[in-house]
Amino acid sequence: MQIYLPIAEVSVNAFLLFGLGGMVGILSGMFGVGGGFLMTPLLFFIGIPPAVAVATEANQIVASSFSGVLAHFRRRTVDLKMGTVLLIGGLAGAALGVIVFNYLKSLGQVDLLVKLCYVVFLGIIGSLMFIESLNAIRKSRKGGTPPPKRRQRGWIHAMPFKMRFRTSGLYISVIPPVIIGLFVGVLSAIMGVGGGFIMVPAMIYLLGMPTKVVVGTSLFQIIFVTAFTTMLHATTNYTVDVVLAVLLLVGGVVGAQIGTVIGARMPAEQLRVLLAALVLVVCGKLALDLLLQPSELYSLGDAGGH
Amino acid sequence: MLRLITLLCLICLPAYATEEQVVLGLSQDRVSITADFDGSEILIFGAVKREAPIPEGPPLEVIVSVVGPSEPVTVRRKEKRFGIWINTDSLVVDLAPSFYAVATSAPFNEVLTNTEDLRYRVSIERAIRSVGADMSIQGAQNFSEAVIRIREHEGLYSIRQNTVAVDEQTLFRTSIDMPSDLTEGDYTARIFLTRSGMVVSTFETAIDVRKVGLERILYTMSREQPIWYGLMSLAIAIAAGWGASTAFRLLRQN
Repeated sequence: MQIYLPIAEVSVNAFLLFGLGGMVGILSGMFGVGGGFLMTPLLFFIGIPPAVAVATEANQIVASSFSGVLAHFRRRTVDLKMGTVLLIGGLAGAALGVIVFNYLKSLGQVDLLVKLCYVVFLGIIGSLMFIESLNAIRKSRKGGTPPPKRRQRGWIHAMPFKMRFRTSGLYISVIPPVIIGLFVGVLSAIMGVGGGFIMVPAMIYLLGMPTKVVVGTSLFQIIFVTAFTTMLHATTNYTVDVVLAVLLLVGGVVGAQIGTVIGARMPAEQLRVLLAALVLVVCGKLALDLLLQPSELYSLGDAGGH
Repeated sequence: MLRLITLLCLICLPAYATEEQVVLGLSQDRVSITADFDGSEILIFGAVKREAPIPEGPPLEVIVSVVGPSEPVTVRRKEKRFGIWINTDSLVVDLAPSFYAVATSAPFNEVLTNTEDLRYRVSIERAIRSVGADMSIQGAQNFSEAVIRIREHEGLYSIRQNTVAVDEQTLFRTSIDMPSDLTEGDYTARIFLTRSGMVVSTFETAIDVRKVGLERILYTMSREQPIWYGLMSLAIAIAAGWGASTAFRLLRQN
């Protein structure tokens, strides 16, 4: 069933969009990532103009994260206080990111820098998570109780403005979460992603938050940051395609529910190995696109714009 | 030499033009882009009206072209720098039609001479180049060729030789496929009658390509009320997210 998208001005198969939305929704529920880092390139591949894909994806992430976060609220795995601190940084970051994005657009290099960002960040995060989770699995397989993890008492704990986060069981400075939120906000505006794939590891490894709380809290932050990004795109670039968003989220919300159930039943370490592998695959694909000679050296864009 | 030929044409043309004229019919003079729009086929048919008997000599040939609205296009070229492929040079092609289809009744170089092509801008190359880029930039031609190559690949530009049927040098008909990835605007159908490569008569008519219904409402709203459009998009997204979440939970409880 072909359907014509009013803003993207292309005709696509509706079932293909349901399928993509569902697949990405499952991952969203399982890992607490918005799925944008996967969905945005997939939308490019099926012929949606990049500007529309990025803006619409922000809108779709709001929906899939919303149903995901509801499930987490019911299981009480959202740290609202931490989420709010992250959100303050995130909103500032998104605004900053849009300024950077528009500057790069005026240089005509926005596509390249978006892809480079993907390759660099996905590569680093993916490798780190992969090694870390493999080590964790090996340790738990060696039998006996794993050695009690030493609480890091490094530079993060020496910072001022400490605050108690009861749900996470942390007493740390608000500066690291604000900076993480800001960083993720910038990335989400530039790369058209929710930023969960950066935030989740940062929360686990930098802040030392319990894995169970991390997913719900990151979804909570993502909803508001991507909603903000959607509004920025809708009012400045007119690139939010609501028909495309609705088609994607019909599959997405159902997928997210299934994903949350799967995620709750699987051990955390194996979940992390899966996510790491996925991140590395997407990274590899994007790197190849940059390294191999493209079959068409020329590309078309609107004059004076994207 | 070129001038001489042009001059000759100008002298000949009025005489021809009064002799043979196009009477045109279109299966539809507007294309409505609806939510389930999946491309369109326009049947273009017509007859040649003449007061005198059919002139002797080479037979009458017909060229039908459908042209979409022209707009500026930025063309970027990738080069390998620091081991990766990045955009380096870019060029703005001032005006390139968003859609261009040419149908002819015989091979293109037989129905129209180069000179006439240059004058009437019939072939795709001429349509772009004539309105196109600043040719002082080195390799500028490669850029306009890239526009044609990419759009041909997308099915937006096409040349369909031998697809116009001509009966008794009087009746002609053809059909033009329009792909689903159509942009809206004022399209033009142009008909050229030629004899031995020279244009003897031309005819032009408009085809209106418009979004209608929901497509129209959403498009207009996104441009004129962007804040409300954005809020509406978010509201729809959140409602769907919450709705599906609740439905799924109820389903599992039962």
